[in-house]
Amino acid sequence: MANMCPYGKFTHAVVRGIPETFGKVVGDSRENGEVSVDLAKAQRQFGCLTGALRQKVGLQLIEIPPDPELPESWRIEDVAVIQGDTALITRPFKQQRRSEAEAVRRVMSELNLTVVEMGAEEGDSAGATLEGSDVLFTGREFFVGISSHTNRRGAEVLADTFRDFAVSTVPVCGGARLKNVCSMGGPDTIIFSSSDGAKKTLRMMEQLTDHHYEVLTVPEESAANCVYIKGPSSRDFLLHRPAEECPDSASAFQKLQDYTLLPTACSEASKLGASLSSLCLLINRKHTYF
Amino acid sequence: MTTESGADSEAKQPQENKEKEKGKAAETTSPQNQPEQLPAAAGHSTPARKEQEQQEDDVSHESSTSRLSRSPLRGVKKVKIMQCKVTLLDGSDFSLNVEKRAKGQMLFDKVCEHLNLLEKDYFGITYRDVENQKNWLDPSKELKKQIRTGPWNFAFNVKFYPPDPAQLTEDITRYYLCLQLRDDVVSGRLPCSFATHTVLGSYTVQSELGDYDPEELGSDYISELRFAPNQTKELEEKVMELHKTYKGMTPAEAEIHFLENAKKLSMYGVDLHHAKLVGNLYESLAPAEGEDSEGVEIMLGVCASGLLIYRDRLRINRFAWPKILKISYKRNNFYIKIRPGEFEQFESTIGFKLPNHRAAKRLWKVCVEHHTFFRLVSPEVPPKKFLSLGSKFRYSGRTQAQTRRASSQIIRPAPFFERSSSKRYNMSRSLDGAPIMENHETLMKDSTADGAAKVIAKGDIITTVTTEKKAEEEKAEQEDGQVETPEPATPLRQDTKDTASPAEMVKHQTNISELKRSFLETGSSTPGLTEWEKRLSSSPARSPRADDAPMIEPLEPQDIEEPAGEETNKVVEPKATEAAGYLVKYVVDSIGTDLASSSGPHGISLSTTMDDDVFMDGTLREVEEKTPDSQEDVSERSVLKVSPGAVRQEVSQAISDKKGTLIILKEPDDREEGTETSAVGEKEEPVVPEEAEEAEENEMSPSKEKESITDNTSVVIEAKTEEAKSLKIEIKTDDMTQIKGIDSPKKAMASWISEEVKTETSEINNMSIKEVKEMKTSDALQQKTEIFNFEEAQKSNLTQITVSEVSTTSLAVSTLGWVPSSEKAPAELEEKAVVATETEAAPAKSTGPTSLDAVDASTKEKPVIHTETKTITYESAEVDTNGDIDPGVLLSAQTITSETTSTTTTTHITKTVKGGISETRIEKRIVITGDADIDHDEALAQAIKEAKEQHPDMSVTKVVVHKETEITPEEGED
Repeated sequence: MANMCPYGKFTHAVVRGIPETFGKVVGDSRENGEVSVDLAKAQRQFGCLTGALRQKVGLQLIEIPPDPELPESWRIEDVAVIQGDTALITRPFKQQRRSEAEAVRRVMSELNLTVVEMGAEEGDSAGATLEGSDVLFTGREFFVGISSHTNRRGAEVLADTFRDFAVSTVPVCGGARLKNVCSMGGPDTIIFSSSDGAKKTLRMMEQLTDHHYEVLTVPEESAANCVYIKGPSSRDFLLHRPAEECPDSASAFQKLQDYTLLPTACSEASKLGASLSSLCLLINRKHTYF
Repeated sequence: MTTESGADSEAKQPQENKEKEKGKAAETTSPQNQPEQLPAAAGHSTPARKEQEQQEDDVSHESSTSRLSRSPLRGVKKVKIMQCKVTLLDGSDFSLNVEKRAKGQMLFDKVCEHLNLLEKDYFGITYRDVENQKNWLDPSKELKKQIRTGPWNFAFNVKFYPPDPAQLTEDITRYYLCLQLRDDVVSGRLPCSFATHTVLGSYTVQSELGDYDPEELGSDYISELRFAPNQTKELEEKVMELHKTYKGMTPAEAEIHFLENAKKLSMYGVDLHHAKLVGNLYESLAPAEGEDSEGVEIMLGVCASGLLIYRDRLRINRFAWPKILKISYKRNNFYIKIRPGEFEQFESTIGFKLPNHRAAKRLWKVCVEHHTFFRLVSPEVPPKKFLSLGSKFRYSGRTQAQTRRASSQIIRPAPFFERSSSKRYNMSRSLDGAPIMENHETLMKDSTADGAAKVIAKGDIITTVTTEKKAEEEKAEQEDGQVETPEPATPLRQDTKDTASPAEMVKHQTNISELKRSFLETGSSTPGLTEWEKRLSSSPARSPRADDAPMIEPLEPQDIEEPAGEETNKVVEPKATEAAGYLVKYVVDSIGTDLASSSGPHGISLSTTMDDDVFMDGTLREVEEKTPDSQEDVSERSVLKVSPGAVRQEVSQAISDKKGTLIILKEPDDREEGTETSAVGEKEEPVVPEEAEEAEENEMSPSKEKESITDNTSVVIEAKTEEAKSLKIEIKTDDMTQIKGIDSPKKAMASWISEEVKTETSEINNMSIKEVKEMKTSDALQQKTEIFNFEEAQKSNLTQITVSEVSTTSLAVSTLGWVPSSEKAPAELEEKAVVATETEAAPAKSTGPTSLDAVDASTKEKPVIHTETKTITYESAEVDTNGDIDPGVLLSAQTITSETTSTTTTTHITKTVKGGISETRIEKRIVITGDADIDHDEALAQAIKEAKEQHPDMSVTKVVVHKETEITPEEGED
């Protein structure tokens, strides 16, 4: 259909800076209590990521300034699901994260995207929660991980928003998020971690899909989250965790033929359960009908 | 599960209705409508006549809703005419008169004729039942048995949505598909995003109105058209924006663009059915926390690739056809048995509760049809057994593979047709409901002569999703009166407790009686077989593994060849591989000894049983190449060889019958003892060891499968189906020596070993009898011609000389789709080496084997002339096995013959099951007749080449060349 093109073509990336409250969770000291993060290092890594997106890949970068009141607002992926010219503003699981959407919504509107809201907290979508890090869009279909943060009602809203596509729900094991265990590695390639939980998810995806995807398996779970972009010159770029962070998986990425590999560190965000893809929203404004 | 009691109660009905069956037979009105008879028929004032009047009354006053008019019970002797109204895809109505006893096919054909539609297999006719649910008209059943009440109103719809509409041959076909999809979109059955509505709408406008032209069209031209369920001004503006950019695009191009977009929608061609989950939680359904999946409302979607399960809009599971071993329904429940996954040992059964029994059966039928259409090479013949349980329903039309082949032969110039205006907001414009077609045939005029006016359709939406109330009980009484008698030999079980059963029974019986008319019955199902099947199905060792692509199972060491091919496939196109291997599953309750023929190895064969009240089940059987029981495979083959007696008759018949088209259906039948015996007598053949060089031809490529699979990356489904076919061309000789060649490991040499043909007795029971039947129906003819040599068949030459008068070369190439692994192992290496060998090269070599002994024999068929006969058989190594192994059970056999000027091709398709493996083999017998001026070698080469092309995924396992040369020195080709 109009919206269906191979995955990976993007023109814009939206990111949000790392606030000084990075790692501090409002009203919840328990969750990340013992994790010590290095704010400066996180900001450096963030800078490297955005630099790669802008200079290496060649995307237009829109950076929303950090907001200290919103310590997790850098995880911008969670806040919106974008496909084609439609942006669904999600409803994160944590109440205190929901105000992160405001700034993102503004940017989406400026980019002339059709902004779709999850709807009122009551009514049809009552109780629906959805976070972008549980959504894998493959270019052909959506997989929504039913996780601790995303529920079926949320997935239904997504399905109702992106009606052209099959939206399948898959289980996500443990406390992980769908994109912790997998991510797109090319138009028809999914990078998957080889953990048992990930395998379960993968099996379910294979059952549910009408299409065939190549699967690139990486031994370390954190290596499974990458950012694939087909740049303006149709070169394949893959932002992935560097060998220092995922030594066993480095060789796996070499299997991707003719890719420009961009090792991008993400150790600090990773300590908080995030990864490379968490830090950016990718948009294609050169959407073409055929 | 007491089968007996059910059978008893069932048996009564048949007897009761037998009378009627007789009366019907006596009536013998030809199926063709003969208009001349009509007035006479109408003149009779019989009780039935009143009935007719009532129905006609219903038709004329459409407002009179669903009056429960009874159809005549018995004693109807005269042809009665019913008026049918068929709502076409553009919303107009097509009225025509049909004989009351006309079958669905007749109506369908007339509508297609009216529409000038040749690629009609994607379409079907629907009607509304008493619950206002949409049902597909069964072409093989009489209309009156399907439309039980109310006016005879139908709708013409797309039944099978082609996954790739670009492959349709004619624009006109795409046009009708577009019309259907537009309606699907506007009705909301095919959900789309705003963007897609825009794009589809813009192509609709372009195809309907042509180029954007503000002067002619005005500025608001677009709001008349409907593009979406909730059409907004914004949408219309965007549509217009896009429309402006299409200048110069023809309607046909716009439709192609429309379809290219529509086909990618996730709900394209998905037929949804409401259901509830039964049984406990199925892991993959991913229920919300704390939620019991029991009773959860879901939707079952049937589509080309399998069965989809939705909860609200979410896809929560998917079962591709290869994953499904069996589908069945019982009362309100619909069950699918799932092939065990990678780490599971046993298959699981998932149950769904449907609103009522009818809904369950409807879903089951749709599944059977979709599976057959999209996955099988050719439809299965409905089971025919004396003691048959379960629904006889099978999809009887052409499969996608067949229809593609057929439509590739369409040679007419693209028909001119007028694209009618689509549905508008203002429905009042009933007068401009212009007829769609310009190329009406005269026939259509005749049928509409009654002054049936064209009516513009309202936005009548056919709901695929159904909610139904139980209404069978009310209907039961009424329907009882209409029961058509099946023959007593086919007792169906009837459970009085089942409220739904009366209605069902009617259908089954109708089916049966119809089948009986067309086919011979066999009573071959033996209890022992069932036992055997039981064991098979329960033994985990037999359970299928290693088939689905992503999950690669350890390969059995024995099967070297096929697995190797599959491995390669997996790398390239896992989807195709997925299709490649399926295990035949024997299901306990399927007593299907003689199942229908011709589903490829990967086809799912459906068997039905009724083990408790009305219980149908379709067993989805797919053959797996990797099964360990290759031995049985082999033995099965030997069985088939013996069948020649029967085949031969057919061939000779085909030859003597000069008509270009002849379809011979071969049916197992115990009754024809004579044939059997003769076949037995012919079994013993002298062993003539031969030596020959050049055996490479025999090594026809299991490995070629690889190519075909990989080629088909985009059309996965097709690849799967085709893969299933095995080709066999074989010559059968009664008295002749069969020489069998075995591939030697070396290319250069081969030792020819004579083959002993085994005698088999039991198998013959199943297979040796056949009924040679010329199918007079157009359907049959078409089927045949489409499959093979469409054009040539048309040209069939009456000048063909009889076999006995000329030198004849009979050539046979036999192929087996796959080979028993264990046998293959030795030959494996060489075969790989020879993969590259050209198929076409084979025949040439094989025809002129001077080193072979010529066996002088005169066959029974050719008493007059003394001929020299040579028979040479080339066979893959694995073929050579002993026939005393369990021969397996013949499921079905089918023979199709086509002729050209110098050749007669008889295709004999047999399907057997043995040891849990089902095998489809196609024997092609090509009889090349002619004088010396015909290059027989070339003809054979061509024939083999064609055979290979027709069945690219099967491998040729045997080539038998049999030459009969009249003994006159100058004749003969050597």
